[in-house]
Amino acid sequence: MTGPVLTDGTAGEPPRSADLSGVPAKPNPTGEIGGTFWRRFVFRRPLAALVLQRLGLSVGLLFAVSLMIFGGIEALPGDFATTYLGQSATPQAVENIRKDLGLDRPWSERYLDWLGGAVKGDFGTSWASKNSVSEQIGNRLGNSLFLAFFAALISVPLAVGLGMLAVQFRNRLPDKIINVISLAAISLPEFFIGYLLIMFFAVKWGVATFPATVYDSMSFTERLSAIALPVATLVLVVLAHMMRMTRAAILNVMSSAYVETAELKGLSTFRIIARHAAPNAVAPVINVIALNLAYLVVGVVVVEVVFVYPGMGQYMVDAVTVRDMPVVQACGLIFAAFYIFLNMAADILAILANPRLRHPR
Amino acid sequence: MNLRSIPLSAWIGIAGIAIAILCAIFAPVIAPYGERDVVGEIWLPAGGDFLLGTDNLGRDLLSRLIYGARTTIFVALAATVLSFSLGMILSFAAAVMGGFVDQLFSRFNDLMMAIPTLIFALVVLAVLPQHLWILILVMAVLDSTRVFRIGRAVALDVAVMEFVEAARLRGEGSLWIIFREILPNTLSPLLAEFGLRFAFSILFLSTLSFLGLGIQPPAADWGGMVKDNKDGIIFGISAALVPGAAIATLAICVNLVVDWLMKRTSSLKGGRGDA
Amino acid sequence: MPELLSVKNLKIEATSYPPGEPPKVVTLVEGVSFDLQKGKVLGLIGESGAGKSTIGLSALAYGRGGCRIIAGEVLLNGRDILKLDRSGINSVRGAQVCYVAQSAAAAFNPAHKLGDQVIEASLRHGIMTRDEAEKRALYLFRVLGLPNPETFGDRYPHQVSGGQLQRAMTAMALCPNPELIVFDEPTTALDVTTQIDVLAAIKHAIEETNTAALYITHDLAVVAQISDDIMVLRHGKTVEYGTTKQVIEAPKEDYTRALVSVRQTKRDEALDQSGALLKIERVHAGYANGFKVLHDVSMHLPKGQTLAIVGESGSGKSTLARVITGLLPPSEGRITFDGKELPRALKGRTNDELRRIQMIYQMADTAMNPRQTVRDIIGRPLSFYFGMHGARKTERVKELLDQIEMGPRFLDRYPAELSGGQKQRVAIARALAAKPELILCDEPTSALDPLVAEGILNLLLRLQEETAVSYVFITHDIAIVRAIADSVAVMHRGRLVRFGPKSKVLSPPFDDYTDLLLKSVPEMEIGWLEKVLKTRRMESAGN
Repeated sequence: MTGPVLTDGTAGEPPRSADLSGVPAKPNPTGEIGGTFWRRFVFRRPLAALVLQRLGLSVGLLFAVSLMIFGGIEALPGDFATTYLGQSATPQAVENIRKDLGLDRPWSERYLDWLGGAVKGDFGTSWASKNSVSEQIGNRLGNSLFLAFFAALISVPLAVGLGMLAVQFRNRLPDKIINVISLAAISLPEFFIGYLLIMFFAVKWGVATFPATVYDSMSFTERLSAIALPVATLVLVVLAHMMRMTRAAILNVMSSAYVETAELKGLSTFRIIARHAAPNAVAPVINVIALNLAYLVVGVVVVEVVFVYPGMGQYMVDAVTVRDMPVVQACGLIFAAFYIFLNMAADILAILANPRLRHPR
Repeated sequence: MNLRSIPLSAWIGIAGIAIAILCAIFAPVIAPYGERDVVGEIWLPAGGDFLLGTDNLGRDLLSRLIYGARTTIFVALAATVLSFSLGMILSFAAAVMGGFVDQLFSRFNDLMMAIPTLIFALVVLAVLPQHLWILILVMAVLDSTRVFRIGRAVALDVAVMEFVEAARLRGEGSLWIIFREILPNTLSPLLAEFGLRFAFSILFLSTLSFLGLGIQPPAADWGGMVKDNKDGIIFGISAALVPGAAIATLAICVNLVVDWLMKRTSSLKGGRGDA
Repeated sequence: MPELLSVKNLKIEATSYPPGEPPKVVTLVEGVSFDLQKGKVLGLIGESGAGKSTIGLSALAYGRGGCRIIAGEVLLNGRDILKLDRSGINSVRGAQVCYVAQSAAAAFNPAHKLGDQVIEASLRHGIMTRDEAEKRALYLFRVLGLPNPETFGDRYPHQVSGGQLQRAMTAMALCPNPELIVFDEPTTALDVTTQIDVLAAIKHAIEETNTAALYITHDLAVVAQISDDIMVLRHGKTVEYGTTKQVIEAPKEDYTRALVSVRQTKRDEALDQSGALLKIERVHAGYANGFKVLHDVSMHLPKGQTLAIVGESGSGKSTLARVITGLLPPSEGRITFDGKELPRALKGRTNDELRRIQMIYQMADTAMNPRQTVRDIIGRPLSFYFGMHGARKTERVKELLDQIEMGPRFLDRYPAELSGGQKQRVAIARALAAKPELILCDEPTSALDPLVAEGILNLLLRLQEETAVSYVFITHDIAIVRAIADSVAVMHRGRLVRFGPKSKVLSPPFDDYTDLLLKSVPEMEIGWLEKVLKTRRMESAGN
C-alpha cells in the first residue's frame, strides 16, 4: 500500500494500475469537445493516442515557449529602447527609437504579429544590421546543422559501441578506465577542449585548420576539413554522457530475469543478445541518443564561438552582446524548437518500442 | 562515518576543492602580484618572475588565477546555494502539499526545462542590465528547475515510506516529518545533487563569461580569462589554456566527490549509510 | 535404477561487496549431496538464505550474481556437467535440464509472443521441428489447463495473468522433453487460491510426462504434496534428508520438527465475545478517482481479544486498516472506538485517540527510520505522548526491550544492524510504548521465516495476556488465524463474506468463497492435494 503525501491525511493515492508506460497521464489535448470520441479512440488505438498526445503536447509546449521568449522578456525590468541607445540617451531620442522599432504598440499586438510572422518563417528585421533576420538565419542554420550532423554521425556509433564494450567488461579494467575517463570528460568545458585541440592539431602539428571558416564557394571536402576540429570537440563533449547512459541502459537489460531465462535455455551468446536483449535495449538507447542530440544542439553555440564558425550559435551570441532582440528571439525560438522536437522524438520512439503499448491487452 | 571508508578518488577531489577554496579566501596573501596590475610584457612565457607567465595585457597570470578562483567560486557557490534553496523549498512544498500546487509547480517547471539552459540564459541576459547579482539570480533560477525535479522525486520517494506513515499516525506535525523523518534520509542524494549542481554552475558561469556575458572585466574570473587570452592560441601561446585547465580540474574534483556520494547513496536502502 | 542426477559434496561461494569495506567471500552452500532418479521429485526446503535456489541452479551449472561452484560434482546421467565447456553446458541447459523461475512475469521476455518463447529451446537445440514443437506446446497448454490453448501462444506476456504465466513457464520448461526440471518457488508469488491450481497443474504435467524435478520452496506443506523425497536445508547445509513420509511424519532433527509443528499451534477462542472496543459499521471507502475498494463492511472486536481479517490480495483487508487509522476516511459508515465515534480523518483525531490505536507493518524494514537508533525509535512515542525524557525515558525503553525479549545492548543499534525478527520486535515495542488499547497488525509475520514468525506470534499472544491489548490481525494465512484469533472476518473483493467467532467461521456450512479459501491452504499431510482436488472444482479458467 503506498502512503501518499504528508500533511494531507484525507486522501490516499489510488493505485496506479493502467499506467504501464511509465509516463504520467497527460490531460486530454483535444479539450472537452469530442471527449467521448477521444476516449473511445484511446481505448481502441492506445498507441496512436499516446503518440498524438505527445505531438499535441509538444506543439503546446512550443507555443508556451514562444510566449515566454517574447512575453516573459517584456515582463523583465529594463526598456529595450534605453538598452538600445545606452543609459545616456535623451528622452526624445528614446521616444523616437520606440516609435521606430514599433515598441509603442501594446505587447500583445506585437507578439501576435511576431508569432504570425514566425510561423511563416519571417522573423522581422535585425535592429543592428537592418537586414532580414530570416535570410541571415537561413544560411547559418544550414551551417550549424552541417556541424551537428557530422558530430552525431561520429558520436552515436562510437558512444553505443563504447557503452557495449563497457558492459562486456563490466567491473573489469576496460570498464573502469572508460568510467574514469568519461567522468573527467563530463567535467571539461567545451571551450577548453576546443582550444586544446586547436593548440595541438592546428598550431603545433599543423594538421587541421583554424579558424573554421566556411563560405559558399567551398567544395564539400574543403568544408569537411574545415569542420574537423569543431566536430571533434562536439563529439568529445557528448560522447562521455551518451556512453555512460548507454552503459546503464544496456546493463539494466542484461541483468534482467528474461536474459537469465534465455541463458538457462542454453542459447548462444549471440542469440541472447540479438533476440532477447536487443529488442528491449533499443528503446532506452534510442532515448539516450535523442536526449544527447538535443544537448548537441546547444553545444554548437560555444563551439561555434571558439572556432569562429559562421553558424546560428555565433550569430545569437553576437546578437546578445549588442542586444539585437529580433535576432535573439528568433534564434532562441529555433533552438528551443529543435530541443523540444528531439525530446519529443525520444518520447515517441520509446512509446513505439514498448511491446506493452504496441500489443495492448 | 569512517574516514578510511572514503576512497582515494574522493580524497583527491576533496583536496582539490580545499586548495581552490584556500586560494579564494587568502587570495591577497598568496598572490604574488595584484589582480589588475600590469607587471610586464604581454604573454610572457612561464618561468622567472612570473610562474605561469603573463596575460594579454601583461598582468601576472598566476595572480589572476588565484583572484579568479575567488570570483568563480563565489559566484558559482552563491548561485548554487540560491538555486538549491529555491528548488528544495518549492519541490518539498509540491511533494508535501500535492494536488493543485504540485500540478502547478510541476507543469511550470516542465515549461522552463523545455528551453535549453544556455539558450534561456542568452535570451534573458540580452535584456537584463549587467550586474553581478543579476547574473547570480539568472543562474540560480535556471538551475533551480533541475533541483526541483530531483528534490520532488526524492521527497516523494521517502514520503511514501511506511516510517513516515507511522509518524503521521503518531500525530507528528509536518515540520517534524520533514526535518526528522524525511530530510535525514534524503541528505545523501541531495548532497550529491548539490555537488553536481555546483560543478555545473562552475562550468556554466565559465561558459557565460567566455561568451562575454558573465563576469565583466577587469575583474578576474576563469572563464573570462580564457576569453581574454584566446587570441594567443593561434601564436602557440597557452595562456588561455591555464584558466581552462583550472576550471576543468575544479569540476573534476567536485565530480569525484559526487561520484563517491552517489555510490554511498545507492547503498542507503541496504546498508546503514553513515553513523 | 541408475541415478539421473547425483550431486556430491557441493560447495558454493560468492563474493559480496559491502560499500566502503573490502570484498568478503561468503560460503553459501557446503557439503550438500543428494540423488534423484528418473521421474522422481525431490523437494528442497529451507528459509531464505538456506542456499536452496543456489543448489537448484547448480543442476544447470549456473551461478547467479557471482556465485561460484568451487567444489563437488553434479553428475547428470553419470557425466559431471561442471566440467563441461561452454557449448557442452549449453547443450544441457534448455534441453536436458530446464528451469522454472519464481517470477514468471519477469522471466518472460516482454518483446516476444509466449508461444515463440515456449518452443524456442526445442527448436534451437534441434530437438523437434517447428510443427512438432507447436503441437507439443498445444498439448502442454491443455495439460496445464490454460484457457483457449489454441490461441494462447499468440499472446504477449503482459496480456495474461500471473497464474497463467507461471503455467506457461512450466510449459516452456516441459516443451523440449527434458529429463529434469528445476522449479524455483513457482507458486510463492501467487494468491492461495491460484497457488493450488498451479500446483495441481504442475503435478499433473510432470506425472503425465514422467519428468524428474527439483522442487524448491520455503513451504513444507506445499512440498509435501508434490515430492517423493525432501531435503531440509539451513545456512547452506543439509539438516535432514529422507522420504517425504519420513520427514513429515517422523522428523529426526529438532529444526525439522519445529518446521512441521509450526502450523499446529492452535489457541482456543474467548468464550465471551460481547461488548466492543472497536466497532465498524457499514463502512464504504474508495479512492479519489472513484475507484471503490470497500463495500458495506461491518464488524466488531471485544476488548482484549483478537480479530483476524483474512483475504487474498485485492480483498480490501489492508484498505480496511487504513480506514481504521484514518489515513483513508470512509465515504460512508462509522467507526466507534470505546463507545465514542472516531473522527473519520487522521487530521481530526486527538493525540490521545491516536495513541490508543497503534500499528505494526508487514515490512519492519521500511516501517522504521533507518537513520534512528532503537533508542530513538522506541523513545519517540514516550516523549511524544507522555513527555518523558532523560533517564526516565531510557529506563522505560529498557523495560520495553525486556518485554520483547531483547536486552539493553540493542539500545544504540540501527535497524540495519538487526535481523528481520528483531526489527519486527522493535516495531512491536514502539507500538507498546504508546500504551495502546488496540494494535493493528498488517501481516506482521508474512515476510519472516516460519520459525521467526512463530516467535513473533507467541510474543504477541504473551503481550495480550499481560496487557489486555486488542489486536486486529490482517493476514492471508489461515494457519495464523487458527493460531491466534478469537473472531474472524473473511473478505473478498472489498466485501465482507463471513464474520463471527473463529469456531463458527471456520466450520461448515461454508459459503462458496470461504470454502474455496479454506480448501486452498496446503496442509501438512501427504495426499492432501489429491483429496482436496476431488472435492473442489478446478477454477483454472480465471487464473
